[in-house]
Amino acid sequence: MAYASSIWPLAAIGISLLGTIPIMLSGRSPNLRESWTLLIAIGKFLLVASMLPAVLDGASYNFVIAEVFPGVPIALRVDAMGMLFALVASFLWIWTSVYSIGYMRALEEHGQTRYYASFALAISATIGVAFSANLFTLYLFYEVLSLSTYPLVAHEQNAEARYSGRKYLTYILGTSIGLALPAMLITYSLAGTLDFQVGGVLTGSGASPQLLALLLIMFLFGFAKAGLMPFHGWLPAAMVAPTPVSSFLHGVAVVKVGVFSILRVIFHIFGPNLLLEINLGAIITTIASVTLLVASLVALTQDSLKRRLAYSTIGQLSYMILGAGMLSAAGMTGGILHIAMHAFGKITLFFCAGAIYVAAGKKYISQMDGLGRRMPLTYMAFLLGSLSIIGMPPLGGFISKWNLVIGAVNSDQLILLLVLLVSSLLNAAYFLPIVYRGFFAKAAEETTESGIKEAPLFCLIPLGVTACGSLALFFYPDIFLRLAQLALFP
Amino acid sequence: MTTSNLHLYVLAAPLLTAFFVNLLGRKSRSWIAPLALGSLAFSTVGSVLVLLRVLTHGAYSYTVGNWNPPFGIELLVDHLSALMLLLISAVALIATVSALKSAEREHPGREHLFFTLYLILIAGLYGLVLTADAFNLYVLLEITSITSYGLIAMGKERAPLASFNYIIMGSIGACFYLLGVGYLYILTGSLNMADIAILLQGLYGTAALATAFAFVLVGLGVKMAFFPLHGWLPNAYSLAPTGAGTMIAPLMTKVTVYLMIRVILTVFTPDYAFFHSPLVQSGIVWVAAGSILCASALALGQRDLRRMLTYILIAEVGYMVGGVWLANANGLTGAILHIVNDSLMTLCLFLAVAAISYRMGGTGFDRLQGIYRKMPVTMAAFTVGAFSMIGVPPTAGFFSKWYLILGGIDAGHWGFVAALVISSLVNAVLFFRIIEIGFFFAPGDAHGHGHEAHHEEIKEAPLQMLQPLIFTAIALIVVGLSSGPLVDKVIRLAIPGSF
Repeated sequence: MAYASSIWPLAAIGISLLGTIPIMLSGRSPNLRESWTLLIAIGKFLLVASMLPAVLDGASYNFVIAEVFPGVPIALRVDAMGMLFALVASFLWIWTSVYSIGYMRALEEHGQTRYYASFALAISATIGVAFSANLFTLYLFYEVLSLSTYPLVAHEQNAEARYSGRKYLTYILGTSIGLALPAMLITYSLAGTLDFQVGGVLTGSGASPQLLALLLIMFLFGFAKAGLMPFHGWLPAAMVAPTPVSSFLHGVAVVKVGVFSILRVIFHIFGPNLLLEINLGAIITTIASVTLLVASLVALTQDSLKRRLAYSTIGQLSYMILGAGMLSAAGMTGGILHIAMHAFGKITLFFCAGAIYVAAGKKYISQMDGLGRRMPLTYMAFLLGSLSIIGMPPLGGFISKWNLVIGAVNSDQLILLLVLLVSSLLNAAYFLPIVYRGFFAKAAEETTESGIKEAPLFCLIPLGVTACGSLALFFYPDIFLRLAQLALFP
Repeated sequence: MTTSNLHLYVLAAPLLTAFFVNLLGRKSRSWIAPLALGSLAFSTVGSVLVLLRVLTHGAYSYTVGNWNPPFGIELLVDHLSALMLLLISAVALIATVSALKSAEREHPGREHLFFTLYLILIAGLYGLVLTADAFNLYVLLEITSITSYGLIAMGKERAPLASFNYIIMGSIGACFYLLGVGYLYILTGSLNMADIAILLQGLYGTAALATAFAFVLVGLGVKMAFFPLHGWLPNAYSLAPTGAGTMIAPLMTKVTVYLMIRVILTVFTPDYAFFHSPLVQSGIVWVAAGSILCASALALGQRDLRRMLTYILIAEVGYMVGGVWLANANGLTGAILHIVNDSLMTLCLFLAVAAISYRMGGTGFDRLQGIYRKMPVTMAAFTVGAFSMIGVPPTAGFFSKWYLILGGIDAGHWGFVAALVISSLVNAVLFFRIIEIGFFFAPGDAHGHGHEAHHEEIKEAPLQMLQPLIFTAIALIVVGLSSGPLVDKVIRLAIPGSF
């Protein structure tokens, strides 16, 4: 593995951080402001992508920002696992920016400058998490992300939004300061380092299995962005945010930062071998399975489309953690892969929900009968997205779920196989009726809805792109597959 | 010879200037700003040079008038006191820029009196961190206390009463300290710190020494407002003139914590203080943990920003006292680093409070609605200070908290760790409550308190108050990111090698 100090990771993070300045300064001219946003989004993706070839060759980019504690610098490293996440996040950010323009303008939202600036800050922090070389740096960016998304959640500024903002911060900051921070310090005290290393750093630290189990639980719940029950309540509440925020941050960036942090801890702090040795995988799979099934059942009962998607997200996040907890090669690969596959699927679904709201002003599934005939493109994209999440071929979600199933079989945990199958059925049960009602159900009052047509082009193009992305990932998953394998077995 | 006198010049500059401020400032107020700022800038440069000298040549002691210890007056300049010297200079200089503006509004015609006391207080603080004599320490403690009584009494409303309360509590604290020193003098016949430490070595088991130690600690505990002894602080600091509060709040309690460290390390030695009676050592950490929680809980009940900050200040004293008494390297490092960081973040928040009350006339929560829109720069800096208090990286507050928690883990003192974590969470609640009121409430929309009349006039604070505020907010992040070198090059060397 080549270790060269390189400024590129810093540039990839910094571009949108510095980008907040022109965005805030050009608040008076929306066209200029949105041009900056798009320019930065594309620039960021190109910067991330430029590092891809070397990472695929097994190299990594390193950069030390500051030496703050003995043995724990603020340092960046681009490795395969971070690259996978950064690639997905920065690619989808471009389309979210396009979508934001359509959505925010169609609804004539207030505070758009604050919105775009917070968004740029949030994506910086997301890439920062992906490129962190140690747990401390990851924690730093994790907190920056929590704080920069708070104005986005409370965007509406009414009582409900303020309440949700408070709930969001209580869950996210409460768990990260209350659980993750002490867990990190105990880890440092035990291992003397917080670097992410293949095989983990806690092996041979002399800690008792009970302490390690406690640490693991503190980490699992401490990174509450991953939405493991009982710390999932913030995600449905955060759905008061504008839909682009829900789709990107609460479908991709924020929640996956939580999962990514947990996977980092499992793979590169504990190490699969240590977890196997003292049999801690069961803790992970139990918590994840419970969350998975309960969230899917709750999703069935939600009439608000965005809330149903939120509960679906909670369930799907647990797939990734479940895969990692299996500790078998295929399971772990499937867990990492699902980060990418779910991102494309879920962002499509959220985009569709937003497009329906923009075009028809509807939030509840029960009002959406017959809407598919008026918005066929949106509904086709919705169908593709939901098939991918359910895990049907020929969509990307199938690849990751296939790996998860193999992982469950390989690790001789047939109960997990059952969990996966039941959950997939539940996924189908809460998604497909939406599509069915859209296309085939008779609309209640046909006359009053005659004016409804497809959402603006700025909304329609991004959801088309991400839906096609989901489809393409089934046929060309190679890059992500290779990155996932490199992350685990370099 | 010239450079080794430097620390004396640092001390003398504000002291001498105080008299000129009184004489010349009486004639024309235009003298005050250049004199005060000039002398403090001089002291700041001097402190930097002293610190550099200590870093290259190591600690040195200085005998005033060449009377040799243990009879003469000895000053000690080691890593710890040089760091404190610089901290006091920097904080005082920054605070003064803003204090000049608020004093202009609050004490028209009496500014020269205000700044006379103000500068003598700063000189007293310099003396406190330099002295190596237990009795001189008492004298200097009284100088700083009496000047701050005077400054606080200049405030409005019930400030004289608050000051009177402080006088009573402060005098009791000073008496305790003096009694402790008296016991030490009876035991050893000396007042020089290093001399006492040597003479005490055979006396560790005696009740007289334990009494002396207890008196000294309780005396300092009152002065630093350690929780059960904190009663005087909230009123005194929230009613003090804005300019005085901005300087006193960041420095006074922190310098007293320094004195506690100094007394433990240099007079009683860690062997006696920490390891002679483990029960006392862990007992004090428990008290500190309790004090953090109680002060945080009290802060939750406040409805005025400035008053809320005074309770946070008391909780932070618990952080540092607990950190010191963990009696391990990480705990002590955390405590000393927190002295620096807490001064800076308290300064940042009090400067923001000064700017807000300059424009809004007060800092009650009901006045803060929509303030982010009216004073965006002030509130941005305030937010940085708030994040530092919560302990969000990369602001400074996170880094000292890291060492403190690590110290708690090393010592196996889970109660203290839990208290720190809970207090961080409470701080998050406290500050996000402010942010929510200031950011997401439109002015006057919820309760209709009817400040409508001045809403249109309210704009960003004057530049003279903004500059120090912005500078401090940036410093919080810079100090945070450079805490690695700060700990390696200065603080680790200030801690005895036995840790």
